[in-house]
Amino acid sequence: MSDKAAVTGVKTVTGVKTWLTPFNVVSGSIIMAGIVLSILRFTMGLGAVTNLSNDNPWGLWIGFDLLVGVALAAGGYVTSAAVYLLGMKKYHSAVRPAVLTGFLGYALVVFALTYDVGRPWRLPYPFIIQQGTTSLLFEVAGCVALYLTVLFLEFMPAPLEWLGFKKVRELAVRLTLALTVLGVVLSTLHQSSLGALFLVVPSKLHPLWYSPYLPVFFFISSIIAGLSMVIFEGTLSRHYFADKMDAAHLNENEGVTLGFGKAASLVLAGYLTIKVMGIAGGDNWRLLGTSYGLWFLVELLGFVALPSFLYAVGVRNKDLGLIKWTAAWTVLGIVINRLNVCLIAFNWQLPLSQRYFPSWMEIATSVFIVTVGVVVFRFIVTKMPIFYEHPEYKDTH
Amino acid sequence: MSISRRKFLGWIGAAGLGSALGKSAFAAGSKHFEGHPGSLGILHDITQCVGCRSCEAACARENALPVPDKPFKDLSVLEEKRRTTAADYTVVNKYEVPGRKAPLFVKKQCNHCLEPACASVCFVRAFKKTETGAVTYDASVCVGCRYCMVACPFEIPTYEYDEALSPRVMKCTMCYPRIMRGEIPACVEACPKEALTFGKREDLINIARERIRQYPDRYIDHIYGETEMGGTSWLYLSSVPFKEVGMREDLGVTPAPELTSGALSAVPVVVGLWPVLLMGLFAISKRKEIVFREELESVKKAAQPPIKEDI
Repeated sequence: MSDKAAVTGVKTVTGVKTWLTPFNVVSGSIIMAGIVLSILRFTMGLGAVTNLSNDNPWGLWIGFDLLVGVALAAGGYVTSAAVYLLGMKKYHSAVRPAVLTGFLGYALVVFALTYDVGRPWRLPYPFIIQQGTTSLLFEVAGCVALYLTVLFLEFMPAPLEWLGFKKVRELAVRLTLALTVLGVVLSTLHQSSLGALFLVVPSKLHPLWYSPYLPVFFFISSIIAGLSMVIFEGTLSRHYFADKMDAAHLNENEGVTLGFGKAASLVLAGYLTIKVMGIAGGDNWRLLGTSYGLWFLVELLGFVALPSFLYAVGVRNKDLGLIKWTAAWTVLGIVINRLNVCLIAFNWQLPLSQRYFPSWMEIATSVFIVTVGVVVFRFIVTKMPIFYEHPEYKDTH
Repeated sequence: MSISRRKFLGWIGAAGLGSALGKSAFAAGSKHFEGHPGSLGILHDITQCVGCRSCEAACARENALPVPDKPFKDLSVLEEKRRTTAADYTVVNKYEVPGRKAPLFVKKQCNHCLEPACASVCFVRAFKKTETGAVTYDASVCVGCRYCMVACPFEIPTYEYDEALSPRVMKCTMCYPRIMRGEIPACVEACPKEALTFGKREDLINIARERIRQYPDRYIDHIYGETEMGGTSWLYLSSVPFKEVGMREDLGVTPAPELTSGALSAVPVVVGLWPVLLMGLFAISKRKEIVFREELESVKKAAQPPIKEDI
């Protein structure tokens, strides 16, 4: 046997081994199932795969894929604003993973929307055919489209370094400041507008969640989501991709966790305050005793006040483990909040038989979309300089 | 960054032109929209309705809606509370009111708001409040986001969930095509009683007031739709409080667009202020860094013996 053949032989064997990892098997089967569901959705219509109805036109794909997706993708603007605008250089290593997650998050939101809207190929219509400028959804759509572009440009240096396009990369890096400012402006607008979408339905959303402050609530909680996601995701990445991280990334991780934990504690405290002001403003104290009130208190005390306190304790004691668990808890709290506004406290006056609960196919499609995100994230961080600085571009950020 | 005078004047010019051309984005202030003058409406006198479903049949025929499983003559469907669907633009519901011998029947369909929520939230302007009073829908631009259905306080718009490629939002058009031909809406024409009256909205309000004045025992003193959600083109008279016949009395009088105008007017504020504040923060952090470096240098210099340089 010649050397050449031996080498190819070895390659094939290792190839088979690497493909059949647990990760690939699980993600592969989810994606296969997702493809089947996609075919169903686009050949049989929304009625065949979802539990949506005339009373409940928005379901899991809006409540989770859109509202939660956008909130949890807030790490990009929060981190880049802290580093590039407020000069917190010690968090620099957190920027690229956060921007990547943001970019993937928004890309997935748009991807998920093509499942939910009736005629997805018309998604550009509000821009090119007729502009419904009185709609907050128009603002959301415009900002998300622009911000996706901004995140794409912010992310560009990584693939350009990977591909070795030095000149273009330099141009992309030079845009950083302008892109960061634009990113904060667009994020402020659409994060808040997602909450403002519900300003038009005081008669359908439970008064404890309905408030003229909804846009403020959504914006402030997006900062909390962004900070917590950076910690949460950093923890996961450190667990699974430690071999990809350079010394700077590994060393700065502790500082990022402590600093972001402290910021999250403070912002949560502020958020708690304005949420209480929301109850007071609507004079909804008496509603706290109802069953919806108890659920509201679970959200407010369990997922806002408690993590604010735990973050503070974790930072004071330099207890990284506590901070990381608190970050995961806070992320769960954001999920609960968005589902509350969009689904659980929405249509609260309807009898139970007319309420919405997602079908398993809706849940599976959401899982499929998240899985696609994880697979792409994994591909990118194993190929491109995300967790380490490219040796040829050290200190040029 | 340096700004030349020419550039600055250009920006100011563009901003001036932009604000001069657009319509006002602010809540109306002292203005109050009371509907297009002379616009049409329908008065539904609940006390006159016998629940025969003739209006439903006429509506389905006029709009070429699918034939239902049970014929329109079958009144057993009235035993269940129904809502509008993609196959029924209008439904009649029966209400047994405590203390009354005979049940009451109420027709339900799009109320054609004076300032419709569906039109204000549609990001592609598929809905239009026409000068006739009818709120129309243009399926040729609709993306299918269903925000109109979320926003409608009367839960009227419906959706063709089983259409894979061309789902439409379905709702009563007040027979806009017929109105344009000079005819009256099909449901009004079909009504065998005096339960539906078609005419100019302001006339209908006067008729309704007159009925209340003449028969104070028969009617409660409220015209539903006169002020609800800023007013609707459909108006209702009833002998019992409207909430007893399935109509919400807690909707308020604020038109839907006013609920969101505040949030919309925040957009230019954010766009105008954020960049200035953020660049200010950036300048401060940059300045701090420079001062820090300078101080570091001077400390270093002070620590080292001065080196003579040739000039």
